[in-house]
Amino acid sequence: MLTNTIIQQRLTEKFGEQLTNWEEPYGMLTFSAPKELNLKVLQFLFDEPELKFTFLTDLQAVHYPDNKGAELAVVYHMHNFTDNIRIRFKVFTDIVKPDVYSATALFQSANFMERETYDFFGVNFVGHPNLIRILNVDEMDYFPMRKEFPLEDQTRIDKDDEMFGR
Amino acid sequence: MSDHILLPEGSIEKQTTTLNLGPTHPATHGVFQNILELDGERIMQATSTVGYIHRAFEKIAERRPLYQITPLTDRLNYCSSPINNMGWHLTCEKLLGVQTPKRVDYLRIIIMELARISDHLICNSIVGVDSGAYSGFLYLMQFRELIYEIYEEVCGSRLTTNIGRIGGFERNFTNAAFEKLEKFLDEKNGYPAQLREFENLFTRNRIFMDRTIGCGPISAERAMNYGFTGPNLRAAGVDYDVRVHTPYSSYEEFDFSIPVGKTGDCYDRFLVRNEEMWQSLSIIKQAYQKVQSFKGAEADVFHADTPAYYLPEKKDVYTKMEALIYHFKIVMGETAMPAGEVYSSVEGANGELGFYLISDGGRTPYRLHFRRPCFIYYQAYPELIKDGMLSDAVITMSSLNLIAGELDA
Repeated sequence: MLTNTIIQQRLTEKFGEQLTNWEEPYGMLTFSAPKELNLKVLQFLFDEPELKFTFLTDLQAVHYPDNKGAELAVVYHMHNFTDNIRIRFKVFTDIVKPDVYSATALFQSANFMERETYDFFGVNFVGHPNLIRILNVDEMDYFPMRKEFPLEDQTRIDKDDEMFGR
Repeated sequence: MSDHILLPEGSIEKQTTTLNLGPTHPATHGVFQNILELDGERIMQATSTVGYIHRAFEKIAERRPLYQITPLTDRLNYCSSPINNMGWHLTCEKLLGVQTPKRVDYLRIIIMELARISDHLICNSIVGVDSGAYSGFLYLMQFRELIYEIYEEVCGSRLTTNIGRIGGFERNFTNAAFEKLEKFLDEKNGYPAQLREFENLFTRNRIFMDRTIGCGPISAERAMNYGFTGPNLRAAGVDYDVRVHTPYSSYEEFDFSIPVGKTGDCYDRFLVRNEEMWQSLSIIKQAYQKVQSFKGAEADVFHADTPAYYLPEKKDVYTKMEALIYHFKIVMGETAMPAGEVYSSVEGANGELGFYLISDGGRTPYRLHFRRPCFIYYQAYPELIKDGMLSDAVITMSSLNLIAGELDA
């Protein structure tokens, strides 16, 4: 039976000290990898007969503006159907040149998910066949899910309207 | 034909016709745009455009306390909103470490399986409509009305339900709700009889079989690579079901089977959904029996004891200090949640509906991502309809159970 400990062992044997931040929040094994390694890790998880993480459940990004030099995190959720175990794996990238290799060659399902991530966070997936906006209008020139675009402040008073209140 | 005038070389750039199917085409049942390259009636290439009804739910959620995010989840897959609501409550409960009482679990299962039935019956009868058989739709639709009446008894609304709260339900189920449930489950005049009749109409209907067998097929391997989940993946032959793989809400206590298909075509998807409705009926019956077996004070339990997240009763708010404080804090969204990151998923009606919630210890999520199943498997649509007829593309779309609200978030 595949457990988090075995997965961590196999990954450490292969990649050594390059994988960091091992955690298990709510039972799901979580780790980070350097962004140059993301495809190698995905491929290893996919190909290794013992691991068999052949299903990409989810792919999205998170913006940490205070994390200088590694503002954007791309998060992959992988699932092994045979042993029914999930893992989460993150790569961090700086926001000035947010280039991350695209997983589309390995997973067709990454296509739309990477486009969505690009659309909202501006992560540039290198090698993606069609990296254009997907949910927002094509003319949009910013990445709306980044933290520098806060939602409107509910307490502002400059929008008072006689008829409709605030 | 030597006198036939030949067009100069290169004067016709292409031999195909470009057709815009959508964004608002009556046959697509929602806002979907597909630009098709047609050779006669055969599809050579398709390009899908999505995002026409994007409403920025993930961004909005970053400013809302947990309980105000439930109405956002209603609007994802609006054919089965209760499953989304429950999925969201389960995610919150996982983050907060709330343990729900058994009776709540069973009541939730009743509501979720009703929602699954209402979703599947729409999808399957629409496949019928798109292949030219309208009557099945008319008959089954009556029973969606009955399901909606049950929702109405429980939470007061029908389509965008906002049903349940963190820890349980907003109020106990009334007797009228259980009476309606019994009416729905009745073997003779209830849904089982109607579903049997629906199957009689379709399952071995020669015209329907000719229309759907071999239409929009996908192999198990391709389906997994495309991130299929739910009935569409099972129709391709992979027996993955979140209810079994990662049981939530006490699903592990229930006896049901997972139907799988073989070829992943429209017919298999249709059969898998029909069989899932039978399984759901059986689960509802089991859950209803379990609910009835509670006696005394246990029979009135409808929420967990989590005062910091569950609104107290109004009469307590007026008379007790504690209740007043909690009421104020919850309504004003001033309850901080523990820091952490959690991924929780439920078996939605069309696939694995996941919630990835990151909390930094504040009052609102730091980041919330919805794993919307049909957004992910819709990518396969151009491949599914390639080399098929235009009319097959329409059936394939309806049999994939695409819901525009979920696609665009």
